[in-house]
Amino acid sequence: MDFSFMRDTFFSLLSGVPLTLNLALTAVAFGAVLAMLLALMRMSGIRVLDAIAQAYVFVFRGTPLLVQIFLIYYGLGQFRPTLQELGLWTFFREPYWCAVLALTLNTGAYASEIFRGGLQSVPHQQVEAARACGMSGFLLFRRIVFPIAVRQALPAYGSEIILMVKATSLASVITMMEVTGIAAKLISQTFRAVEVFVVAGLIYLILNFAITRIIMALEWWLSPHLRRPPAVEPRLEAAHV
Amino acid sequence: MKLFKALGFGLVASALAISGAAAQDKTVKIATEGAYAPWNFTGAGGKLEGFEIDLANDLCGRMKVKCEIVAQDWDGIIPALQAKKYDAIMAGMNITDKRLEVIGFSRAYASGVHGWSVMKDSPLVKLAGEGKRFSLEKDAAGAKAMIEEWKPLLKGKTVGVQGSTVNSQFLEKYLKDTITIREYKTTEQHDLDLSAGRLDAIFAAHSFLKASTEKPEFKDMVIAGGAVSSDVLGRGVAVGMRKDDAELKAMFDTAIQAAIADGTVQKLTQKWFKIDMTPQT
Repeated sequence: MDFSFMRDTFFSLLSGVPLTLNLALTAVAFGAVLAMLLALMRMSGIRVLDAIAQAYVFVFRGTPLLVQIFLIYYGLGQFRPTLQELGLWTFFREPYWCAVLALTLNTGAYASEIFRGGLQSVPHQQVEAARACGMSGFLLFRRIVFPIAVRQALPAYGSEIILMVKATSLASVITMMEVTGIAAKLISQTFRAVEVFVVAGLIYLILNFAITRIIMALEWWLSPHLRRPPAVEPRLEAAHV
Repeated sequence: MKLFKALGFGLVASALAISGAAAQDKTVKIATEGAYAPWNFTGAGGKLEGFEIDLANDLCGRMKVKCEIVAQDWDGIIPALQAKKYDAIMAGMNITDKRLEVIGFSRAYASGVHGWSVMKDSPLVKLAGEGKRFSLEKDAAGAKAMIEEWKPLLKGKTVGVQGSTVNSQFLEKYLKDTITIREYKTTEQHDLDLSAGRLDAIFAAHSFLKASTEKPEFKDMVIAGGAVSSDVLGRGVAVGMRKDDAELKAMFDTAIQAAIADGTVQKLTQKWFKIDMTPQT
C-alpha cells in the first residue's frame, strides 16, 4: 500500500463526488414523487390502477438496474428517428438524463412498496378518530396518515437512499465520470486496482455515513413521542445543606 | 560397449519422452477481451472467435502446450494478469511504454494504424489525410501537420473512444483541448452511440473500424481522414505477460517468430482483416 498514491487518488476521486450526489439526489427526488403516485395507485381500490402499479413494480424490481440503464441508453438510441419526431431525442441524447431516468424508475418501484407499507401501517383507530373529529380527504391524509406513515417508512427508505448512492456507480457504463468512472480510469492509467478501489469504497462509506446521520436526525425530529423525557436534576433540599 | 551405448540411448530417449510429456501437460491460460472484432469477439454460439483465437491456437501448437482461452473485461485485463488469474494476454494490446512499466511483452505479432470513423452525412467526412498513414515517430512532422489540419473541423465535437487504450491516450495527448472525449467500456458501445448520433466521431484501430463499417447495422459509418501509428499508439500488438515470466516470453517469441516466418500471421491477418498486418520488424 502506497499511502501518498492513495492520498492523490482520494483527491482525484473527490472530483466525481458532485456528480455522484447529483445523480443520486435528483433520482431520489423524482423517484419519491413517482413512488408516492404508485403507492396511492396500489391503494386506490381501483383495479386498473392497482394492476398497472403492480405490473410496473414487478418489472422494475425484477430486472437488474444495469440492464435497465443499458436498455434506456443503448436500446432507445436505436430508435432515434422516432424519438426525434416525438421531440424526446434531446433528452435521450444525454447520458446524464438517461442515467437519471433509469435510477428514478428503479427507485420509484422500490420506494413505492416502502411507502405502501408505511401507509398501510397507519392504525385504523387513528384514522377513525380523525374522521370522528370531522377530518376527511386531503386534510386527513396531510394531518394524520402521512405523518404516521413517514415515521414508519423512514428507516427502510433511508436504506433505499443509500442503495441509490451506490447504484450511481452503474452510470459509469454509459460514460458518466462519477466516482466509480474516475476510479476505473485511474486503474487503467496506473494498473493499481486494489489501492484505487479501496479509496473509492472509502468515499462511498463517507457519503453514506453522512446520509445515515441525516436520516437519523430526521427520525429523531419526527418522533418526539419516543424520546425519553429530559432527566430532571435532583433538587438539593435546603435542609441538607 | 554396445550395451552402454544402447543403455545411454535408451536413457536419453526416455528422458526426452518424459520432458515431452511434461511440456504437453503444461497449460497456458490466455486472456482475451471477446469484444473487439475481428481481433477477438464472442461469436454466435457464445464461443470466442477471431484473429487472436486462431493465432493463439497456432502458437500453442508450436509451443507444444495446452492452451485455455478465457474472456476478461478490458478494464481489468492487466490487474488480473498480475493477480495470476491467467498467464498471458492476447487482446489487441499494443506495446506501450506505460504498459511496459508493469508487464512484459513478447515480440509483436501484428501491427496496425489508428484513425477516425464518422457517419456518412457528417461534416467530418472531410477530415484531412484520406488514405495517408503517418508514423508519429518516423514521420513526426507529417503526422503533426495532419493533426493540426484536423483541429478546426474537430473543434468542440464529441468523440467516443474505448477507455484505457492506446486510442484514448492518443486523444488525451494530442486533442484534449479540441474535443470532448467520452470513454466507453467496449468498442461495440461507441459504435452504437456513433450511429445513434450521440457522438460526432470515434477514434479506434483501422482494423477494427473496417470490420465495423462492414456490418449491416453500421453501413452508414465510414472511415474518415488519415491514419496514425506509433508513439503513444504503441509499437505493435503483442502478447502481454508478467515481467518475471522469462520462460513464457521465450516460448512465445520463438513461436511468433516462426509463425511470421512461415506466413501464418500473413494468412491469418488476410483472413480476418483483409489486409496483411504482419509486423515489419
